[in-house]
Amino acid sequence: METYSLLRQIADSWVLLAMFVFFLGVLAWAFRPGSRKIHDDIAQIPLRNDSPRE
Amino acid sequence: MGIVIKLAALGVIAVLAAYAANMAHDVAYMVNALTVFIVAVGLFIYTIKRSDLPNRMPNGDGAPAEGYMDGVVRYGVIATALWGVVGFLAGVYIAFQLAFPELNLGFSFTSFGRLRPLHTSAVIFAFGGNALLATSFYVVQRTSAARLWGGNLAWFVFWGYQLTIVLAATSYVLGGSQGKEYAELPWHVDLWLTVVWVAYLAVFLGTLIKRKEPHIYVANWFYLSFIVTVAMLHVVNNLALPVSVFGSASYSAFSGVQDAMTQWWYGHNAVGFFLTAGFLGMMYYFVPKQAERPVYSYKLSIVHFWALIFLYIWAGPHHLHYTALPEWASTLGMVFSIILWMPSWGGMINGLMTLSGAWDKLRTDPIIRMMVVSIGFYGMSTFEGPMMSIKAVNSLSHYTDWTIGHVHSGALGWNGMITFGALYFLVPRLWNRERLYSLSLVNWHFWLATIGIVLYAASMWVTGIMEGLMWREYDDQGFLVNSFADTVAAKFPMYLVRGFGGVLFLAGAIIMCFNLYQTIRGRLRDERMPTAAAVAAE
Repeated sequence: METYSLLRQIADSWVLLAMFVFFLGVLAWAFRPGSRKIHDDIAQIPLRNDSPRE
Repeated sequence: MGIVIKLAALGVIAVLAAYAANMAHDVAYMVNALTVFIVAVGLFIYTIKRSDLPNRMPNGDGAPAEGYMDGVVRYGVIATALWGVVGFLAGVYIAFQLAFPELNLGFSFTSFGRLRPLHTSAVIFAFGGNALLATSFYVVQRTSAARLWGGNLAWFVFWGYQLTIVLAATSYVLGGSQGKEYAELPWHVDLWLTVVWVAYLAVFLGTLIKRKEPHIYVANWFYLSFIVTVAMLHVVNNLALPVSVFGSASYSAFSGVQDAMTQWWYGHNAVGFFLTAGFLGMMYYFVPKQAERPVYSYKLSIVHFWALIFLYIWAGPHHLHYTALPEWASTLGMVFSIILWMPSWGGMINGLMTLSGAWDKLRTDPIIRMMVVSIGFYGMSTFEGPMMSIKAVNSLSHYTDWTIGHVHSGALGWNGMITFGALYFLVPRLWNRERLYSLSLVNWHFWLATIGIVLYAASMWVTGIMEGLMWREYDDQGFLVNSFADTVAAKFPMYLVRGFGGVLFLAGAIIMCFNLYQTIRGRLRDERMPTAAAVAAE
């Protein structure tokens, strides 16, 4: 099989699946229980730190 | 010891550059080599003159190395404003060249073909690039609670980037372009930019690594994706073999449709990661700061970040519908462009809704108004883009001025306005001023820019759809009705309106420069401040 067809086959099977699963994992991680408190805290980052911390 | 090595290196560079200028095969290359020679000699003298001044950090302000490193951000802000005016002026000039070809003046270096890449590079890479450099350095420090990593490396990034811009501009005007849209840089400047960009990544990553906050704020995710992806795009798209080490000309490593696809994989992701991801980083910091409230939904920011990253990279083929590109690649590009609408609007909703509960600021704060209009244009152009990527629509819109209008509603509206908002936010803080010189001048800027963009986009819609329809009009014998020159003649009034819109936008930017200059000098214009309490609710 020439390189093009081989790469194409890997890309639209396993790599596609891997990327899709990674993306679903990101969603699951973002919505995991207890994430709200953490996210609320991160969202406040721009509103503090007017000078660097030691 | 260090200074000896530095002087030796500068000396070697100066000699090599002088040799290269002497051997140059073309004028563009010779001028580039002479520029490098002058910079190296200048730095050589500068280094010697400073050698008897120990313990003084070359921070621009002589400040000791503590607190946030803001000297480089100040320079970046000034560079952004000035390059902005240069880029807009070039745009206005070539807009009038299209209406009045006499303005080409008969010289090769003032012809549309040479000034057009000068305009696009000045606005995207000089104005937009400096805005991204300055704001990313400002934001990454504040959201990491840490000083920039790498000491003077940040200064190298800043000056190295300015050198790239000057080399690019002189090269384009003298005919040194390699002919790839938004990647016209000749091969030797490509190599230099790669060095600068790696240093940029090191400074940014180094600061993130030594952060005091446990989490990486979303703005930094966007900035980081912009820096990493642009590095990848730049290196792959510019793989080329120079004809000679002493000339600008080079041949791409790809040929035919592969070359076209690589170019538009680069081109569309320059839009996606340079003009979208990077500027979303700006939005996620400056909109919450100016509105004084946290981002509407942090979860949405995570989801739309990853969706944007995964989808944008595939959208490039929509630039090559109905070409030698295989049908499946074209369809893939179209489908991903349409899905991309969702994460784009995720970002728009997140930006706009950050103001929920503070909508009254729209009346009293022209800077917030600028940011909101910017997000509005982002939403509009990220709806228009997917629509234009549909093959049936593209068969009408492609090669017409509609594309130009689309690009400008995104670039002037989204990138321009969010940058202006960030500059107005930054200048009083960076120079420790109580407030801006004048808010009513910000208001003038806001309206001039907004009306300018509306005139620009509307005239390009009309002329684009008109010429698209004229090109495909057949008579009952099956002959084309219009010649190409007929469409050119029909577009004249719209070209005037577009040029006028550009003049308004440029005027707004000049007012901004005046306002920022007065702010930096510490002047305060005596004017009635709009306050939330000024008008009682009826």
